[in-house]
Amino acid sequence: MLKTIAVRIVLGILTLWAVSVLIFAATEVLPGDVASAILGQGATPETLAVFRHELGLDRPAYVRYLEWFFNALHGDLGIAMTNKRVIVEVIAPRFMNTLFLAGYAALIAVPTSVVLGIIAAINEGKFIDRFVNIISLMTISVPEFFIAYVLILYLAVQFEIFPSLSTVFPEMGFVEKIYTTALPAFTLTMLVMAHMLRMTRTSVLSIMSQPYIEMAFLKGLTRSQVIVRHALPNAAAPIISVIALNLAYLIVGVVVIEVVFVYPGVGQFMVDGVTKRDLPVVQACGLIFAGAFVGLNTIADVLAIMVNPRLRHPR
Amino acid sequence: MTRDLNETILKLTDLRVEALSGAVLVDNVSLELKRGEVMGLIGESGAGKSTIGLASMVYARAGCRITGGKVEIQGEDVRTLDAEGRRERRGQRIAYIAQSAAASFNPAHRLMDQVTEMPISHGLMTQAEAQAWALELFRALDLPNPDTFGDRYTHQVSGGQLQRAMAAMAMSCRPDILVLDEPTTALDVTTQIEVLALLKKLIRDYNMAALYISHDLAVVAQVADRVMVLRHGKMVEVGETGQILLEPHMDYTKALVAERKAADKLAMAAITTREKPVLEGLDVTGIYGTFKAVKHVSIAVARGETVAVVGESGSGKSSLARLLVGLLPCVTGEVKLHGEVLPPSLKNRNRDTLRKVQLIYQQPDVALNPRQTIGEIIGRPVEFYFNRSPAEVKARVAELLRLVGLPEDYAGRLSTALSGGQKQRICIARALAAEPDIIICDEPTSALDQLVADEILKLLKQLQDTLGVGYLFITHDLGIVRRIAHRTAVMLQGEIIAQGPTADIFAPPFHPYTEKLLSSVPEMRTDWLDEVLAKRG
Amino acid sequence: MKLFGYKPTSTAWLGLAIITVFILVAVFADVIAPYSESESVGQTWDDPSWDFLLGTDNIGRDMLSRLIFGARMTIGVALVTTVLSFLIGTTTGFLAAVGGTVIDQILSRIVDVMLSIPLLIFALIILSVFGSSIMTLILTLAVLDSTRVFRLARAVATNLVVMEYVEAARLRGEGLWWIMRREILPNALPPMISEFGLRFCFNFLFVASLSFLGLGIQPPYADWGGMVRDNGKAISFGLPAPLWPALAIAMMTVGVNLVVDWILSINSRPSGASAEM
Repeated sequence: MLKTIAVRIVLGILTLWAVSVLIFAATEVLPGDVASAILGQGATPETLAVFRHELGLDRPAYVRYLEWFFNALHGDLGIAMTNKRVIVEVIAPRFMNTLFLAGYAALIAVPTSVVLGIIAAINEGKFIDRFVNIISLMTISVPEFFIAYVLILYLAVQFEIFPSLSTVFPEMGFVEKIYTTALPAFTLTMLVMAHMLRMTRTSVLSIMSQPYIEMAFLKGLTRSQVIVRHALPNAAAPIISVIALNLAYLIVGVVVIEVVFVYPGVGQFMVDGVTKRDLPVVQACGLIFAGAFVGLNTIADVLAIMVNPRLRHPR
Repeated sequence: MTRDLNETILKLTDLRVEALSGAVLVDNVSLELKRGEVMGLIGESGAGKSTIGLASMVYARAGCRITGGKVEIQGEDVRTLDAEGRRERRGQRIAYIAQSAAASFNPAHRLMDQVTEMPISHGLMTQAEAQAWALELFRALDLPNPDTFGDRYTHQVSGGQLQRAMAAMAMSCRPDILVLDEPTTALDVTTQIEVLALLKKLIRDYNMAALYISHDLAVVAQVADRVMVLRHGKMVEVGETGQILLEPHMDYTKALVAERKAADKLAMAAITTREKPVLEGLDVTGIYGTFKAVKHVSIAVARGETVAVVGESGSGKSSLARLLVGLLPCVTGEVKLHGEVLPPSLKNRNRDTLRKVQLIYQQPDVALNPRQTIGEIIGRPVEFYFNRSPAEVKARVAELLRLVGLPEDYAGRLSTALSGGQKQRICIARALAAEPDIIICDEPTSALDQLVADEILKLLKQLQDTLGVGYLFITHDLGIVRRIAHRTAVMLQGEIIAQGPTADIFAPPFHPYTEKLLSSVPEMRTDWLDEVLAKRG
Repeated sequence: MKLFGYKPTSTAWLGLAIITVFILVAVFADVIAPYSESESVGQTWDDPSWDFLLGTDNIGRDMLSRLIFGARMTIGVALVTTVLSFLIGTTTGFLAAVGGTVIDQILSRIVDVMLSIPLLIFALIILSVFGSSIMTLILTLAVLDSTRVFRLARAVATNLVVMEYVEAARLRGEGLWWIMRREILPNALPPMISEFGLRFCFNFLFVASLSFLGLGIQPPYADWGGMVRDNGKAISFGLPAPLWPALAIAMMTVGVNLVVDWILSINSRPSGASAEM
């Protein structure tokens, strides 16, 4: 088993490396076009050449990549083109903010949706199951900004329970932070909960169709004994995958939410960077998000391996 | 509680089980079981035997409901109890042994935990007592290393061992009644006999009452005191085992008995003037990765003759078929067709070569494309090999349908709604459409019910007589071999250990493995099992 | 009434109704809309009245008309993207399943790496370099989304390839394309159709989100995501203006999801959870 885990981790690292190449290639594959895209159609060839030289764009691609990559490994993510600030300094607090928001949402969403998903599955076809099904279907169908605006409209503007903008700063107390970020966290929670719930339900349902579950019932065990002792241990692996998948999904959802609520996180930073075509910023943010994504998927796979009895006790 | 030997321990009265769609699965069946008595439930697939077995535990699978009748265990109608009461009886009074042990054990837990789970959760024994009892059962069931056997997981033990572990699990609460649902069907013929003997011993030693469900009369005859024959959810006949075997009353029972008996007789004499072999494998070896599935095998089939390749699962018989058609390239030796050496791999063979050797599969359901009409399926080989016009194809399809005994208007239908036997006929028609010299039949009747299988075999024989096509018939069923094969080859672990005219193979002196195979197939008499066990010592 | 031989549930009918209405609105926008697409006809964020059934937007244009015209771009872009993504993904997926191990490994590795980056992030990166013209948008999304379709198509085709009837075709000597077209494709359709619906929803929401961020469909084209963005400030005044386009997006997605859910439920049997005891 340890060998399988080690292989998976190595694979994860390789994937991260490949992803960094992809990100770099996507942004700097055509240096000429990049320069003219940023300077605009009206730029003269001389201006373009100077610009390229300034950015070091006239060096070969792999040299630029290696420089970028090694710098990144050392914590140097470059300098923003638009305002010349050191990216790492700007990103660090924002990264903590994004983590805070994501963690806040995950902490609520994960236990709730897993439990609800299991309950819905074991009561298949009954009212609670169909009710949960319809509600979650509605929730995954609506765009995040819809939920966000509805919540803002009712909970912030009309009833003034929560603030509509979630600007946080490092000096804020913990409780005040929780209060300020309540709406964005809640929106994020709803988004992810619906997906996680449906996937958990599907996984548990497929476990419930297994013959050993029927056997457990025929042995005269109570419903809760069958579910706790026989279904859940086998559902652990698929549910872990579901959670990891959705946490990765959370990372993406965070971007739009940060924009709606003007929350100072990495997502908003990236969107700004894209709008202003600030490539170093875009590369840095892309690397961070992709890194988190790959990391989560790797952890999920490793956990799934650890939970598989075939791999824990080989022949 | 006194164990009165004449007590009626299980009584089903007018049991009725229906599917949610309205179909009736069990139609007012009644039966009585006395303490210590074993009743066999016999029938083909869809007869309702499993459903009755499960209903005796007041359980119906998803999509079905028990809609009528009484289920009385020791005089108490269990159907009228509340859910808690019914749950309590399960496992304690009546226990279930499923067909597939591999699927019935939870892969996440050790075997011992699952075997001792029932008595502990029903409050009958402490952990220590349950484990001691489990160990005793492991020993009684002849499991290897009984002291440590329970520490293993499902994927670490073999199929036969798992089946015995399941028997131990069923016995863990010392129930009065056992429901055995085709317990040996999924096992190899040679393993089957061991498990069967152990089950019989278990039932006798602990004086169990049992419902033994099976489709094989000969197997049931070894353990059952009485037999009930079922068809389409209705009871056809019930009586003492001896009577059912020797003097069946109803026509359906007679057909079942006759079909099973025919398997015991040798039917085909070897053809004395053999034609030159059409398809030959000469010293061929086939490898999957590093595993040698076929080891230096030589075999030949001529037109008009049937050569059977018989062996248990893992013997390499299917791999041999794949090797001959080119799906598994041979690494030694040659495959010849009409004396010409063929390229080992399928992709290098030309169309006409491929045409002359056709293949029929075991599972007709997956052998036919559910989205193509029957006419398209049968017509394609005609179009592909012979370049006929659409009108000619249509005529030929009609002709082929007639040949296999199906109505001509089937050509426009999809195959999905047809029965297994009808689908297999279409597969045969498709093979014949290529006008082949040899048809390789890979267990074509194993997935079919007995009587249907019988008809397919008769059809194949008849086609051989009229068209002169040769068969390489792969099977694990010795009864089939006796009925249709002129020559037989016995395979064990990739090698052919005996080959020759069928009569010679099945007469002494035997190769030890052939002897083991032959003696493991239950015959239609109640004393067969005891005799074999006595012989083996 | 039956649809392709199956009877739709009431929720499925609702979904079909929504989809039909929206598509008709998009097609006949010129005829139905009371005002033109970009004309200012009232004050900023007027309340709903008989003149302007849903009020006006941030520069006085009729909200309802903008919604009607917006349907064309929003639904159209998503539809074209999904069709393109499907064509790419299905062909490559089938090829990977049928064409042998080498092709499979190459394609699967490439797709795996592409799948390791979250879609939004990757899209943002590409758009920051190449800009957001309609063409770029559609192409970028189609290629990125096709990786998800590839996964499913490959899985479906791999399951089908081991069916004996496919082997029977191979044994006959049938060519690769014939097998893909006649044996595999017809049987792959049912799961692929529901996947099409799901991918459409995803792409639809995705384009809307991008437009909302200002990176998707650019003015002067009206699209629902952009309309939410334009009218976002109204929320802080307690006005529901941005909710109308957001609601339109939501309704379309709900409609498609209801139909997809029904399609998926056709073939499923009740699980062991509902056995009778």
